[in-house]
Amino acid sequence: MNSVLQARAPATPVLSAHDITVCFGPRTVLDSLSLDITAACWTSIIGPNGCGKSTLLKTLAGLIDPQGGTVALEGRPLNAWPGRERAKRVAWLPQSTMASDLTVRDCVALGRFPYTGWLGNTRFADEEAIARALKATGAAEWSARRVSTLSGGERQRVSLARLLAVEASILLLDEPTTHLDPPHQIDIASILRQQAHRRGGIIVSAIHDMSVALMADRVIVMGPRSLVGHGTVSEALEGDWLSRAFGTEISIVRSGASYVWQPRLPG
Amino acid sequence: MSTSRLIAASELHNSAQRDSNARVTRWMLIYIVVALALAAMSLLVGTSSLRTSLEWLRSPASISEAVLWNIRLPRALGAWLAGALLGLGGAIAQNLFRNPLAEPYLLGSASGAALGVTVCLMAADVSLSGLAWMGELGVTGAAFVGAAAGITLTLTLCRGVVQTASLLLAGVVVAFLLSAITSLLLLRSPDTWRAMQSFLLGTTGFLGWRSAGLLAFVFVIGLIPAVLLSRGLDTLTLGEDTARSLGLPIGALRVGLLALLSLATAAAVSQAGIVGFVGLVAPHLVRESVHVNSRQLIIAAPLCGGVLLQAADLASRWIIRPSELPVGIVTACLGGAYLVVLLWRRAQRE
Repeated sequence: MNSVLQARAPATPVLSAHDITVCFGPRTVLDSLSLDITAACWTSIIGPNGCGKSTLLKTLAGLIDPQGGTVALEGRPLNAWPGRERAKRVAWLPQSTMASDLTVRDCVALGRFPYTGWLGNTRFADEEAIARALKATGAAEWSARRVSTLSGGERQRVSLARLLAVEASILLLDEPTTHLDPPHQIDIASILRQQAHRRGGIIVSAIHDMSVALMADRVIVMGPRSLVGHGTVSEALEGDWLSRAFGTEISIVRSGASYVWQPRLPG
Repeated sequence: MSTSRLIAASELHNSAQRDSNARVTRWMLIYIVVALALAAMSLLVGTSSLRTSLEWLRSPASISEAVLWNIRLPRALGAWLAGALLGLGGAIAQNLFRNPLAEPYLLGSASGAALGVTVCLMAADVSLSGLAWMGELGVTGAAFVGAAAGITLTLTLCRGVVQTASLLLAGVVVAFLLSAITSLLLLRSPDTWRAMQSFLLGTTGFLGWRSAGLLAFVFVIGLIPAVLLSRGLDTLTLGEDTARSLGLPIGALRVGLLALLSLATAAAVSQAGIVGFVGLVAPHLVRESVHVNSRQLIIAAPLCGGVLLQAADLASRWIIRPSELPVGIVTACLGGAYLVVLLWRRAQRE
């Protein structure tokens, strides 16, 4: 049993944002937003385009210093952590993938940078982490290929493998399923769920496909600039948070074990 | 997954990795062997005939010793070192700016060096006290100061090293500005202009033991930190934000790499003038022949650049012997031709 799962009951927040405000020039993207991320589960951030999902993830990852408020990791302000110590605990996946000229394996191995440092000598534990990440994402079979020769979907998996190789307790993912066909989206979703449930990881992802996003355990629903709600998927549906966030009626129907968004043209 | 299977998978990978490393090592050895062969050949080529050179080698006398060991050998060594520094600068620039067209002269170092030399020559021309002052600093020192000033101006214009695009843009602006000032100064003094020609075209003719020593010193103190920082360059290929999320101190890495780039370029330019194309072509040649990671590129590109400039130096002495061409013209012809071939091959592939 994982220690994070055992510690679920007396929840001290692992990652908590307090009153954070982020502005880009005159535009306020996040306005005094507070958020605690505690449980080992998969959380989806849902909200309309431009509501600040990516900005929130980047701020939680320590890539953006908020103009107001603080983000704390294990009770200590994020910007007070040494870079590589923070990186061992919080891993972040960007929205777009880079066409690197490295081999898939070398690329995934870069995820071990917080452990291997500048010289990059991998120990046994690093090799194991790399092999596990390649296996979990199904990228092992291309491990000797150049990333630049892969298709968009394959690159996405390599990026995910690079993220998993860090073996951080908190994984922040910005649109991990874009450019993927539906079956591959499901593959990624099941990897995320597995990471949360079997390995006890804290997963926060922004996924714009509503049906995939609602496969998560919990949701953070964001309207323009502010938080609509943070809770379980059923709480969100009962409270009709999605319609409030998008400012239009969003109808979700239950189909078996999953939720499906039902698009409807007006009139 | 069981540990044994994990290890089996990593073994499989390691053997592929070993193959690839062996290929890289083979290419590096080839570059070294070619460099040694070229050095031997360059002992034989000069104003004397081949036969005389061979006789000198067989039966040493004081005059032959002076020509072979104090002129031709340091020149061959210096050419290799200057080319190696340009190759190192090119490898750093292309990786740091993540742009295959980046080259060591991008940040205004070449135009700064040219301006420095122009000012130096003019001051020597204008007054005796200027000559004395400039004599202390020397043309070499003036080129070095000019190159450093050019780079500093570029960094000041874009207020630091944060944005790659604005850094490149500022470099272009500074290069044009300093070249314009140089041209203006040269227009007013035709004598200086003639003296400047060989510097602007690049020349290996003035490389002696002192230059070779200076270049070797800079090469060693530039290469070691570059190799140590190469892991950071690999991580940068994932994008700057991802690199930061992995705990890489991007700002410090950029400052360090820019310092190395400036040092390597300023040293090469101060000794051999503005030799074009070597810094641009050497990393490309390496990448076209073998797949490398950043660390391998940082080591292989200087080996390749050294060979390129050595070969160009030899050709510049051979083509119209006993007279010689400015080496910059040879590198421009060879480098330009290579880039055209590269373009054609790319076009065919697509």
